Amino acid sequence: MADERSVNPQAPTETLPLQPYGSVSDQIAMIPLHYPLRRRWLIGLAASALFTLLLVVAIGYLFYAGVGIWGINSPVFWGLAIANYVWWIGLGNAGTLISALLLLLSQQWRNSLNRFAEAMTLFAVFCAAMFPIIHLGRPWFFYWLLPYPNVMALWPQFRSPLVWDVFANVIYLLVSIIFFYIGLIPDLATVRDKARGRLGQVFFGVLSLGWRGSAAHWQRWRRTYRICAALAVPLVVSVHSGVAMLFSVGQLAGWQTTIFPPYFVMGAMFSGFGVVAMIAVVLRHTFRLDSLVTTRHLDLLAKVLLASGLITSYGYIMDAFTAWYSGDPFERSTLIDRFTGAYAWSYWSAVILNFVVLQGLWFEAVRRNPVLLFLIGASVTTGMWFERYMLVVTTLYHDFLPSSWGWYVATFWDWSLLAGTIGLFFFLFFLFVRFLPMISMFEVKEVLREERVEARNARSQ
Amino acid sequence: MIAAAASVVGLLVVGGGVVRSDYMTRQDVVREQPVPFSHQHHVAGLGLDCRYCHTSVEESATAGFPPTHTCMTCHSQIWTDAPLLEPVRKSLATGTPLRWTWVNKLPQFVYFNHSIHVAKGVGCVTCHGRVDTMPLMRRAQPLLMQWCLDCHRNPAPNLRPREAVFDMTWTPPADAEAFGKTLVERYHIDVGNLTHCYICHR
Repeated sequence: MADERSVNPQAPTETLPLQPYGSVSDQIAMIPLHYPLRRRWLIGLAASALFTLLLVVAIGYLFYAGVGIWGINSPVFWGLAIANYVWWIGLGNAGTLISALLLLLSQQWRNSLNRFAEAMTLFAVFCAAMFPIIHLGRPWFFYWLLPYPNVMALWPQFRSPLVWDVFANVIYLLVSIIFFYIGLIPDLATVRDKARGRLGQVFFGVLSLGWRGSAAHWQRWRRTYRICAALAVPLVVSVHSGVAMLFSVGQLAGWQTTIFPPYFVMGAMFSGFGVVAMIAVVLRHTFRLDSLVTTRHLDLLAKVLLASGLITSYGYIMDAFTAWYSGDPFERSTLIDRFTGAYAWSYWSAVILNFVVLQGLWFEAVRRNPVLLFLIGASVTTGMWFERYMLVVTTLYHDFLPSSWGWYVATFWDWSLLAGTIGLFFFLFFLFVRFLPMISMFEVKEVLREERVEARNARSQ
Repeated sequence: MIAAAASVVGLLVVGGGVVRSDYMTRQDVVREQPVPFSHQHHVAGLGLDCRYCHTSVEESATAGFPPTHTCMTCHSQIWTDAPLLEPVRKSLATGTPLRWTWVNKLPQFVYFNHSIHVAKGVGCVTCHGRVDTMPLMRRAQPLLMQWCLDCHRNPAPNLRPREAVFDMTWTPPADAEAFGKTLVERYHIDVGNLTHCYICHR
């Protein structure tokens, strides 16, 4: 990106258009304090609350009746619950990647995106974290997954990826929450100072932990934030490698392949960036934040989306190649079954929605067009869901012996969990845009400051 | 932060204590029974063998509760008017069994089998305690899984010769550990096998 400037000096090279610092705070901090679109917000919140209610009912009935209400049965014991889990946790990957990795790499353009990307991560991981628990036969014993000195004198099976997954997930969720909150503190203080009502002052005052913005505060904050970022980056890899290992450690055709961990991490990043692009487009349109989330941001997001999509497609190709090259008849038959079998629709939906549509992003006009970018993001997000479904079901429904072949058809309760978690995600996100600064004000101002210095230097030369 | 950590640790300690407490395990809690039957009187006082009432202990999974007729072998002759025994007489008259409260009850998912334990030299006292000293019945051991596993991982210290299984007062010889090991050999106890999940959970 750096040399783009020298190649084409006429292009809009700045990440942000120059504007007074105050306008940044005014644009962002005023949203939680004087929310502009109360009616639409309420309608959106109510709609998502309805789906959240569906989730509560679905989980309540599940706990009452057991997993038999789902479409799972021998041999497909993993159905939508696991597909949804992998999908959600994958979506969550992008937020940490944008916030932590790009922070450590000093990619300043992230500063307009990281806050809502982190929020997205948090809510997605929250949705994901439900599935491993509710898919247990006796979910009230979920804590048996944790190693603790219990009266059964038993430890979890540490050689099992299921246990690794528990650790990866719990740590990821905790670090995501901490990272999100630490990043919020200076902005919470800004909102506190701008709040006129007593309620807002107390609410944001408590949350901002007595932040006064002194040099000592900033110095400690910066150190903490970067340490957390450094902790979070390896977790992005571990959490989704762990998920991949749930599959690839099992000795089943179509799962047992070494490419799964990197393939899953890339797929997760891919789908997550799809969602971040969608959210960026919607937020900048709804709240008229064009001067903070610029077309250059969209362009950069689209490029990352394209790159991660291409690596994911490499994963697809290598997965197929390994199946063929292994010479193993079961691997090969599972591969062919994915192309032509009963669930081929899920495979080809994944391929078309993920990779065919994606090719539009080679063109700058598409990358900078919010509507098209949104549509491609939506396509990728949907396509990755099909991929998860395909991976779970196509391997399981054809077991090694034809006598143990079976079907999987998701029931109403399977689907209501998917719809319900999407509802919960929107519900949390609506609360987030209403009550918290959705873009990091002080980090945007950092970018502005640097651009100003550059502009001044350019003038004086 | 410290307060939060302290309360988490405190919660774990208290929670861990509660699940191990007698309140949860019902260890040493005397249970209400239809008739206040005294093992002390019948075993230590009268010298009845365990198997006189618990007839199936050597060949089946459960030791078995005695039918009312077993009580009546004596109580049709002695204490025939005792008010305490009224439920027993009623049971005989109406043909409905006495509903004893099960004191040493295991969960359904545990496939416990008395006969194998008796055959391999685990004494009654080892799990049920000195019932000959109990006027009213209580659980002598916590029956937690860790308690089962303590023995399944290392059975030798809890073994005795088959002849002494029903003996309330048997004590191991001076070199108890070596003696236990000889019994493991003699009864062909495959110790490594005892901790497989399927040994108790099918």
